[in-house]
Amino acid sequence: MRTRLQNWTLLLSSAALLVFPSASSAQLTTSDIQTRIGAESHVGNITGHAKDAALPYRRYCVGCHGPLGDGNGENAPWMQPPMYQQPRDFQLGIFKCRSTPTGTLPTDQDLFDAITRGFDRSNMPQWNTLSKQERADLVAWVKHFSPRWANEKPGTPITIPPEPEVTAERIKAGRDVFARVQCWKCHGVQGMANGPSASTLADDLGRPIAPFNFTDGSRPKCGDTDQDIYRIFMTGLDGTPMPSFADNIKPEEAWDLVFYLRTFMAQKSKEKEMAKQLALKPVDPNAPVGQQ
Amino acid sequence: MHGLSVSHLRKAFDSATSTFSLALVVATVVLACSPSANALPAFARKYGLRCSACHESWPMLNYFGQKFKDNGYQLMNDRDAPIWQNPGYWPVVFRITPIWHRVSVGKVQVDTYTGGALDGGQAIQRISSSGFDLSGLDFHTGGTLEKNISFYLLPSSDPTGAFHFEQVFVRFDNIGHSPWFNFKLGRFELDNLLSEKRILTLTGNGGIYQTYHFIPVGDGNIFGQIGDNQLGIEYLGHSVDDRTRISASLVSSSDGNVNLSTTANAYTAFIAGSQAFDLGRAGVQRIGFYAMAGEASTYYLTSGGGVPIPGSGIANKGFSREGFVGQFYFGPHVGLTVVTQHGSDNVWFGQGYGNAEATDGNGGTTCTSPIPNGCPPNNVPGTTLPAGSQAPSWNGVTFEGHYIYSPQLIFIGRYEAERMSQQANGDVCGGVACPSNLGNISTYTIGFRYNPFMTSRAGLAWHNEYNWLHQDGTGPSLNGLFTNINTSEILMGLDFDF
Repeated sequence: MRTRLQNWTLLLSSAALLVFPSASSAQLTTSDIQTRIGAESHVGNITGHAKDAALPYRRYCVGCHGPLGDGNGENAPWMQPPMYQQPRDFQLGIFKCRSTPTGTLPTDQDLFDAITRGFDRSNMPQWNTLSKQERADLVAWVKHFSPRWANEKPGTPITIPPEPEVTAERIKAGRDVFARVQCWKCHGVQGMANGPSASTLADDLGRPIAPFNFTDGSRPKCGDTDQDIYRIFMTGLDGTPMPSFADNIKPEEAWDLVFYLRTFMAQKSKEKEMAKQLALKPVDPNAPVGQQ
Repeated sequence: MHGLSVSHLRKAFDSATSTFSLALVVATVVLACSPSANALPAFARKYGLRCSACHESWPMLNYFGQKFKDNGYQLMNDRDAPIWQNPGYWPVVFRITPIWHRVSVGKVQVDTYTGGALDGGQAIQRISSSGFDLSGLDFHTGGTLEKNISFYLLPSSDPTGAFHFEQVFVRFDNIGHSPWFNFKLGRFELDNLLSEKRILTLTGNGGIYQTYHFIPVGDGNIFGQIGDNQLGIEYLGHSVDDRTRISASLVSSSDGNVNLSTTANAYTAFIAGSQAFDLGRAGVQRIGFYAMAGEASTYYLTSGGGVPIPGSGIANKGFSREGFVGQFYFGPHVGLTVVTQHGSDNVWFGQGYGNAEATDGNGGTTCTSPIPNGCPPNNVPGTTLPAGSQAPSWNGVTFEGHYIYSPQLIFIGRYEAERMSQQANGDVCGGVACPSNLGNISTYTIGFRYNPFMTSRAGLAWHNEYNWLHQDGTGPSLNGLFTNINTSEILMGLDFDF
């Protein structure tokens, strides 16, 4: 028979559990992930700590990326390609937007920039209202999901040579590069994401994925400066069919390609004006190689 | 008939304790087993974000939510336009709060009886009322009509189901692709950094910010209540990251009443600005200011022997409210918001002129009797101010602190003080100088909100709150002396939206 003391103990402990629910909740991460809770990030002179990011991750990120960082948050089932992109699976340690060569881990700054910039054409918003410290902590938190960070160092950021002056010749040369490396196969001859391979594309997990449409006014995923676009050619978007062309095109050719791609974009640009004056025609996939 | 022995009482008590304990355990298990981590679900459903992404605790916005609002309910990605939504998506949310509350009013003048009949006497006593109750019902609907064009519509009812339009506006955002050019037109809340429409407390006195509604005793100016939704147009500009915000509004001096019934041809301007600073581990801190300056009628033309003609107000007099605001964080768990105010009304308002229409703030009762029978005074030609009249002025401050245990549990504490610095005198105190503290308010509110689950589909908060309010000199009195009055309310409810 229970004593009154037992009743009160039960009553008080139940009330405590109601008031402090998290104390009774299961951990959000598996024990394996938990072992990496000491992960850090270094962004500028800020050091981020994974252990300090549990609250902001739970507040801002967990709905999509899930408690285990595997991209299986409660909203993931409603983000079906091709209209939406599935949330990133942090456990894989594979990231599209990097300053580092393909196959390597991104730098902490890359992850920080991704959180700050967000991704157009996805549900990932710009988190630039968070403090830099919170964002740096979240970078460390993202890293703690994947064992890759424990075993590998991030790649060395690629070197981007100074941007040359835009000229008509460079835009025409960019068109030649566009034809030669067959960008049109996915992105279409006018950059409208309607190339012959567009409908067949899938990411590394076998999920359908659409190529970037340069003409609809969207911001390129990894940033919209010329340097950002250049970087995409040379690093590729890991986990997607967009490869790195670092071995196929020279730096000056990459700049030419940047200028040519600007002619597709909805935003006003010098390149667009020049292309109009040049009456530049789209590449012809049916023409002999070298005459496209 | 047999009496209850001590052992019977003890057994009954033990049994009740056991049953209550069991109920708590069951509730705990249910709550603990609910999916962990809650917004205007219409927006949350659209973007797939949890409530906590935009709300410190629903409905109070955090910085990300404020930016979302400042961008016209857009995340500024290419999925903002409604064309991207499933055709079945309908951005409607309803919110209502079933509650239990106990209200205690310290001093109420009541009739006295002798021998079962009114004896003509009066007494002062405390009245406490408790019971189950309902809040009003809100239908929130808002979103984008097209990229950078958005709307908000909030039909709202009182607990009996009488509806009015609490908020209605259309916004045009990012004009010229600049976040510095945004406009809205309609009925909206002024750009208050500490938003009363997103207040975390629900009691009668604690559910508003006294600083936003303070009116000196006897004052007839209802038009300076910055907490009320107003009819007008607003310009808003902000930096891309929303660290810098400025706004300017021009509103009718009608306290948001429709049909130009209260005051027509009089306008009020409101400006606000703030700057946020990133202070590392402490978090993002924001400081700012606001100022309101306007004028409102004190003389309503009349017909039919003195009945005021709606919308005929003239003889405008001025008023102003201004203050500083600060939103401070001390790490991820602790926040403090401070609002100060200095208010002043024209001397005519101080003597009760101004609100000749006597509306209830939402287009309700209107004075239809000849002034002054049952109506506030009217500044008809030839009216003179009572001797000793002066322009009332006051200072107020609000401190609201939060302890955010987790996105699902927040503790709230608030203290507000309103202090008269110059009394209106004149007729307000029967021709003698008013006590310097007449009308002063001190109030505190404490409470917590616990969201047992948090998803991007719906929200539910178990809400508990206590409010205590003290006002000097406004209690009833049997001997004509000013008396102080205390009121308190304790409230528990389930605040849900879907």
